[in-house]
Amino acid sequence: MDFGRSERGGGRKRIPSAIKILIAGGFGAGKTTLVGAVSETTPLRTEETLTNRSVGVDDISGVEAKATTTVAMDFGRITIKDQYVLYLFGTPGQERFWFVWDELALGALGAVVLADTRKLADCFPSVDFFERRGTPFVVAVNCFEGARQYALDEVRMALGIAPSIPVILCDARKRDSGKEVLINLVQHAMLTRGKRPRPENVTS
Amino acid sequence: MRSPEEFNEDRWLDEEAGPIVRPYVMTRGRTEPTRGKFDLISLVVATRTPSPVEIGLGPEHLTILRLCDDFLSVAEIAARMDLPAGTIRVLLGDLLDRGFIDVQEPHPETELDDDCFYQAVIDGLRSL
Ligand SMILES: Nc1nc2c(ncn2[C@@H]2O[C@H](COP(=O)(O)OP(=O)(O)OP(=O)(O)O)[C@@H](O)[C@H]2O)c(=O)[nH]1
Ligand SMILES: [Mg+2]
Repeated sequence: MDFGRSERGGGRKRIPSAIKILIAGGFGAGKTTLVGAVSETTPLRTEETLTNRSVGVDDISGVEAKATTTVAMDFGRITIKDQYVLYLFGTPGQERFWFVWDELALGALGAVVLADTRKLADCFPSVDFFERRGTPFVVAVNCFEGARQYALDEVRMALGIAPSIPVILCDARKRDSGKEVLINLVQHAMLTRGKRPRPENVTS
Repeated sequence: MRSPEEFNEDRWLDEEAGPIVRPYVMTRGRTEPTRGKFDLISLVVATRTPSPVEIGLGPEHLTILRLCDDFLSVAEIAARMDLPAGTIRVLLGDLLDRGFIDVQEPHPETELDDDCFYQAVIDGLRSL
C-alpha cells in the first residue's frame, strides 16, 4: 500500500521520541514475562554485538584489546499517544557480562531490577551496576507463588540500597502490575534527574 | 578478465551472469555503517521510494524501506528481518547515504532532565 508514502511529499511525518528502559535481573526472574505483559506485541528478539573496550591492553604493542560479545535481548514497545515510544529491553543478567550493560544503559531513562526472593542474590550485580553508573532504577520484587514472603523492608535491607530507591511488589505476568512498576520508575527518574522549578516557599 | 571500467562503486559485474547487485554478502564484509550512528532505539522512516532498477540496493535494503513505511526502531528492523543489529546498521548507513531514510536519534541521557517530559510519560502510561 502506498497510502502513507504518497502523503509524505507534502508534510513530513512526525516521528515520536524513543525512550529506552532496561529490565534487568537474574536468570528466570521474569524479565521477558514483564516485557511481554506491558508491551503492545509479544516480545521481539534482537542480537547485538557489544564491545568491551576496557578488556586489558596488549603488553607489547600497547594496543587496546577489544573483546566482543553477542547478546540476545528480548524487547517490547509501548506507544504513548503518538508522542513517545517506549522500548523495554530485557537485558542479560550474567555478571561477567557487566560491560554489556554499559553500552545498553547508555541513554536509558532508567532500569527495573526484577528480584526473585527465592534467589535474591541474583539481582545484586544489576543493583551494583546501576548504582555505580547512576542510572535511576527501582527494584520490583516478583511474587512467585510458594516463594517465601519477604517484607519489602527485608528486601531493601538485604540489597543494601538507599532509602530513596523504590522497592515494590509486582506480578510480572500482569499488565497493570507491570504498568505500575514503570510508572514508579519514571517518577523516580524524574525525582533523580528532573529539573523542576523549586517551590518558592518551602516550609522551614 | 574484467576491464577496470566495468567496476564502479555501486555495480558489480560478473563475467557470466552479467550485472549482479550485492553478491553473496549483504554488507560486503563491512561491519560499520558508512554514515550514521544508529542506536538500537533510533527511529527510521523511509522518505522516498526507490526506482525499480535502483543500482546498488540489495533485496535487504528494499525490505528495510518497506518495513519503514511507518517509523520503526533499529531493534525492530533487526528483529523483523532476523538479522543482527550490526548488519542492519550497515544497511541503514547505505540508505541514509543515498537519502532514502530519515533517522531520529534518541535524546542523549544528559538531556533527560525535563520534568514535563517525565510527566507526559507518566500520564501516558496511566492512560494506557
Ligand atoms: N508464578 C509466577 N511465575 C512467573 C512470574 N513471572 C515469571 N514467571 C515464570 O517464570 C519463568 C521465567 O520467566 P521469564 O520471564 O522467562 O524470566 P527471564 O528473566 O526472562 O529469564 P531469562 O531470560 O532466562 O533469564 C517463566 O516460566 C514465567 O512464566 C510471576 O510473577 N509469577
Ligand atoms: Mg528472558
